[in-house]
Amino acid sequence: MLCDSCKERDSVVTLTRSNADGVVTEEHLCERCALERGIETHITQPKQPLADFIGALHKQLPASPHDSGRCGFCSGTLRDFRSTGRLGCPYCYTTFEATLRDWLRRIHGTSKHVGKRYQPPVPLVEEGATVLAELRDRLRRAVEQEQFEEAARLRDQIKVLE
Amino acid sequence: MTLDLSLLPDGGVSWLDASGDHAGIVLSTRIRLARNLEGFAFPGRARDGERLRVLSRVREAVGTAPSLEHHVLVRVDDLPSEDRLLLHERHLVSRELAGLDPQHPVRSGAAVFLGAGTGVMVNEEDHLRLQALRSGFALSEAYAALERIDEELGATVPFAYHQEFGFLTSCPTNTGTGMRASVMIHLPGLNATKEISKTLAGLQQMGLTYRGLYGEGSEVVGNFFQISNQTTLGRSEDEIIDQLMYVLRTVISREEDARRVLLRDAGYIIEDKLWRAYGTLRYARSLTFDEAMSYLSGVRLAVGLKLITGLSVYTLNKLLIFSQSAHLAQAEGRALTDSEANLVRARYVRQLLAEEAGTNG
Repeated sequence: MLCDSCKERDSVVTLTRSNADGVVTEEHLCERCALERGIETHITQPKQPLADFIGALHKQLPASPHDSGRCGFCSGTLRDFRSTGRLGCPYCYTTFEATLRDWLRRIHGTSKHVGKRYQPPVPLVEEGATVLAELRDRLRRAVEQEQFEEAARLRDQIKVLE
Repeated sequence: MTLDLSLLPDGGVSWLDASGDHAGIVLSTRIRLARNLEGFAFPGRARDGERLRVLSRVREAVGTAPSLEHHVLVRVDDLPSEDRLLLHERHLVSRELAGLDPQHPVRSGAAVFLGAGTGVMVNEEDHLRLQALRSGFALSEAYAALERIDEELGATVPFAYHQEFGFLTSCPTNTGTGMRASVMIHLPGLNATKEISKTLAGLQQMGLTYRGLYGEGSEVVGNFFQISNQTTLGRSEDEIIDQLMYVLRTVISREEDARRVLLRDAGYIIEDKLWRAYGTLRYARSLTFDEAMSYLSGVRLAVGLKLITGLSVYTLNKLLIFSQSAHLAQAEGRALTDSEANLVRARYVRQLLAEEAGTNG
């Protein structure tokens, strides 16, 4: 049956109305004409507003004097975080602790972990090779980021181990 | 390297067997824990060499973990894109680990250890994503399995942990417990009775969120909603699970009520619609994935309402997974264009439904 209003599209809903005298009228409407009268014909689902909102929050992180700092381990900055939403390494949490505490409070309502506590295993005497490889990676990163003081410090450490 | 999923302990599909609680409404339960190794940059920033070292450290740790004894290592970074898509379609790896998006191409060192119902993704957004997948509504069981893996691995490799913030993750939305507990639920009744928007808005007020079939960023198709916790700090793992369990029980009972209302108030209309969905799946010659999902949703509802009998939820679950493009291409042994895939999909659905109708009269 065609829509009584536009007479173009198929009707999908029947609007039944009765006036004060008890006279009942029926109107057949297509989806669009029904919507124009404020009748929802199919399910309109909210489009994940919370997830989207939280996903975009890192862009709103207020600028602070700490922004110019760099993480000593991965050379990441808060500017990087603001553009990608991701931190560079676990040490970023200590480098940018104050800003991140604030951010965590906004997102989670608190910055205090109340879940499982964790005690890392006592490190075995690590193989020198692994430590060296890690230091070399950090050195390369520091040079790339023109962190020359850090690079010099790392180079000295590597020399000692070698 | 070609992927042979039959080598996995359960083919990676034991969660489809509809053996779990409320399996008609709840397809599956998934929990994941995000963990990172101390001393390494997160995978997004790490160099190739660092990620490979992370993988080798994890590999050693997995070797000493009793609960991961029968897990198979799949080097995702060695796989061609069709196999990576296959793993993703089977819900065994995330879109990011599979490198399916141009902005996140597959990383060196991307790998997954797969076992029966549990897995460990390596070099995803975080160094480790421990996950447990169960049939039906099974939050406690899933978490119990995951907790063991977490403890065993955490006793061998040092996880990045902060006294105040908890487990540290690449994205601070996961910091704290690193836990995302989610339940894949089929809500056609709430959708048809137009109660769904209210239910979803209610979830969000409780700090829960929902996504489509494939998690983050995916659209809702076939009335399948993945409902999960949104925040990871300030509540313990048990509290997160308890709350999700409590809310989900309410959602399940509302869905059951909605189905009763549908049958009572619109019996023959619903019955006709659902049988038409079944008829289309039984006889259509070409089906897009979205079409198949939408008809399957109808048939699943019909089975739940006992309008259609002799069709198992397991078969319906299998259809959801095996009628996806990469699975069809693998079954055909060649790449398929979209229109070829539609033909193959329709044939596969017809065959499976005909077999089931045959065995059950």
